[in-house]
Amino acid sequence: MTDPKIGILAYGAYLPQRRLQRSAIYAANSWFAPDLRGLAKGEKAVASWDEDAITMAVEAARDALTGLDRAELGSLSLASTTLPFADRLNSGVVKEALNLNDAIGASDATGSQRCGTSALIQALHGAAENRKPQLCIASDLRKAAPASGDELTNGDASAALLVGHGEVIARFLGAHSVTIDFVDHFRASGVDFDYGWEARWVRQEGHLKIAGGALTSALEDLGVAAGEIDHCVIAITGRGAGPAIAKRAGIAPEAVHDPLVATIGDAGAAHSTLMLAAALEKAKPGEKILLLDFGQGADVLLFEATEAIASLPSRNGVAGSLALGKSVDNYMRYLFHRCILPLERGARAEFDQKQPSTTLYRNRKGVLGLVGGRCTKTGTVQFPKSEIGVNPNDHAAGTQEDYPLAEVPARIMSYTADRLTYSPDPPAYYGAVDFDGGGRITVEFTDLEGADVEVGCEMKMVFRIKAVDEMRHNYRYFWKAAPRT
Amino acid sequence: MPRGIKDKVAILGMGCAKFGERWDADADQLMVEAFTEAVGDAGIETSQIDAAWLAVGFDAVNIGPSGIPLSMALRLNNIPVTKVENYCASGTEAFRGAVYAVASGAADIALAMGVEKLKDIGYGGLPVRTRGTMHDMIGVTGSAPGNFAQLAAAYRAEHKVSADDLKRSMAHVSVKSHANGAKNPKAHLRKLIDMDTVLNAPMIAEPLGLFDCCGVSDGAACAIVTTPEIARSLGKSDLVSVKALQLSVSNGWEMQGTGWNGSYFPTTRLAASRAYDEAGITDPREEVGLLEVHDCFSITEVVTMEDLHISKPGEGWKDVLDGMFDADGKSPCQIDGGLKCFGHPIGASGIRMIYENYLQLLGRAGERQRAEPPKYALSHNLGGMPNQNVAAVAIVGMED
Repeated sequence: MTDPKIGILAYGAYLPQRRLQRSAIYAANSWFAPDLRGLAKGEKAVASWDEDAITMAVEAARDALTGLDRAELGSLSLASTTLPFADRLNSGVVKEALNLNDAIGASDATGSQRCGTSALIQALHGAAENRKPQLCIASDLRKAAPASGDELTNGDASAALLVGHGEVIARFLGAHSVTIDFVDHFRASGVDFDYGWEARWVRQEGHLKIAGGALTSALEDLGVAAGEIDHCVIAITGRGAGPAIAKRAGIAPEAVHDPLVATIGDAGAAHSTLMLAAALEKAKPGEKILLLDFGQGADVLLFEATEAIASLPSRNGVAGSLALGKSVDNYMRYLFHRCILPLERGARAEFDQKQPSTTLYRNRKGVLGLVGGRCTKTGTVQFPKSEIGVNPNDHAAGTQEDYPLAEVPARIMSYTADRLTYSPDPPAYYGAVDFDGGGRITVEFTDLEGADVEVGCEMKMVFRIKAVDEMRHNYRYFWKAAPRT
Repeated sequence: MPRGIKDKVAILGMGCAKFGERWDADADQLMVEAFTEAVGDAGIETSQIDAAWLAVGFDAVNIGPSGIPLSMALRLNNIPVTKVENYCASGTEAFRGAVYAVASGAADIALAMGVEKLKDIGYGGLPVRTRGTMHDMIGVTGSAPGNFAQLAAAYRAEHKVSADDLKRSMAHVSVKSHANGAKNPKAHLRKLIDMDTVLNAPMIAEPLGLFDCCGVSDGAACAIVTTPEIARSLGKSDLVSVKALQLSVSNGWEMQGTGWNGSYFPTTRLAASRAYDEAGITDPREEVGLLEVHDCFSITEVVTMEDLHISKPGEGWKDVLDGMFDADGKSPCQIDGGLKCFGHPIGASGIRMIYENYLQLLGRAGERQRAEPPKYALSHNLGGMPNQNVAAVAIVGMED
């Protein structure tokens, strides 16, 4: 019997704003790959050039932490098979962006499509020992070769779960895992695209036998009848895979959740967490939620929603993020933003983006956390923090305390749309924004698809890639302003 | 209250190279071109120069560090040469160094040279450059037009001016400067343009179109200064003297505070007020008869008319449309074509402005000479961007 106080405390999700129409991808490639027609339906969430698994993770984490005290967190993990850094703690960057305490554990989970659930199981099992909440984020931005099935199927997304001990919204009833080196696809380190094996074999031997078998075993292990499952969340996006697996296990078809393929796409390592978040949005107290994830074996987790789920503060979640999508059909821009199509960028793009580690370390709170300063004498808020305050009536020295600005609403004070400077997404919109309660920053704007930009527009801050150092394969992260929605 | 610089220093001679795409010339040749004219005008030998200041804006594509390139180009007599950089206000900064050296008595004759060799960049516009390791992490890597274009958005919001009205006023600025530049043989751009051309030009940074942006040029300009007494001893009679020389540098308030609305330059306002006090000018709209301002972009010229206390706040755009600053207007602005058409070799621009004012005061401006030379001629040289800048104001006039 598991501790009824252990489980999920909150969830969050993030989808990039743009939803690329699959018909646009197919239209460009049908001359070469007419057999893709069957996949050319619906849309998929596509990250902008300034997003990656880290930045999307930050946004999902912010959503999950809505209304919570971040100082309470005990650890965080980031699961992804598309982490920007092979050797630099990716979740460490997320930690700085979330302005979490230094005294916190962090780990990256990777290597398989089920790394998200594997990290989640570890966190849940550890919750008995570690009473502080643990943030489990999954985020993936998977590239795919042009004119491939993956290109039509894959989508970019992130989701996060806060797990631990306390007033859980879904209590953890147990988990079951199997590990088998079943190579339905693989991607060697440093390689962009997956190499997949025949879909019929993957479905019959992998999805139905390995994943389906794990599901049946899990129900037996946990002593739960198939008919008790109210929400069957199967994070396998192959057509009909979820219903087929559920049927074999005896789970009612109406309990099987939509795999979100038509609207988001297969979000890889993030998909199981994303689907679980979507299920939690619908779950009512007392309902049982089963999550099945697949990747060189399978993970099965079982939860039961509690009364607390009804009083969780409102957040974007999956449904809210879906509603914020903007339909786009610019396939060329998508290829360019994925670094698949090398457009001529001009000499201005040659600017050296080398990032000194020393400067970044000294200023990590300001640069990665958007922590400004507040003068304890005058109350003046400013960014960045400085030794001598900016208040023209009192240049007080040594009086500034940390003042986080990332969650403070802002408004446009001045702006332009610059067509001369290099931007991967021209024109480059930027300008000064004023924070409610004081503080000002001149920053780039992002996520402007379909937005009207004018002085006074309400903005929010989002964590993004500022520039890429292509020479040294590094990313500069900073904050940008996006329309508040 | 400082005693000020008024009438303590006279201009002995000035020179200016032909601005433009000088594919034929290196920076040292441009400096020699400006210097040859200036030293001839001054009627002295190189060996009589006691100290020199060199202004350059962009190191990376230019002459490299130190004052050595000036000393080598002119074969100066191993005198002190100080290199200065203060964004696009570097030229006036070099002039200030030379003037202060003479005023202090440390030098009898001093030289200010500004030079920029921009057309070795390989692309149009100004080069992209670092602003320090910390700033590069948080600052926008925008273009110069993008930085100044924000003035227009903020100005419209502050003064409730429609986008069309402001765009027409900005276009008038450029049409006027092209008309003036066409009459200047040393100007980079010498082609007349009309309003439709400006209004329909390709967008660079909204709302600035191609013709709202100044030329990016190679060039050099040079001033030789001394005391009025020494000038007279060298046989000079009609002396152009320095009436005021002021600089105001942002301390971060515009960028980091919240009191500034983005529609004006507090630094220009301060530098102008201090300069008028120094020169003894009480009614600038009436007393300043000639203006050379830092029209890097048309919108900058519009708001600068207000910041120099010539136009009332919110009315600069109307004064522009009324023709007040046209060559035949009450107070001509950019009668030599300005940055817009004379060109903008960064380090040279501040000295080029003073060069035109000097010529106009002495009646030596050729086809573009004002019939009645002004009492005071003002130059305004701005570096940086609206939210973080260096504003320089220099006023010259005939010695009283």
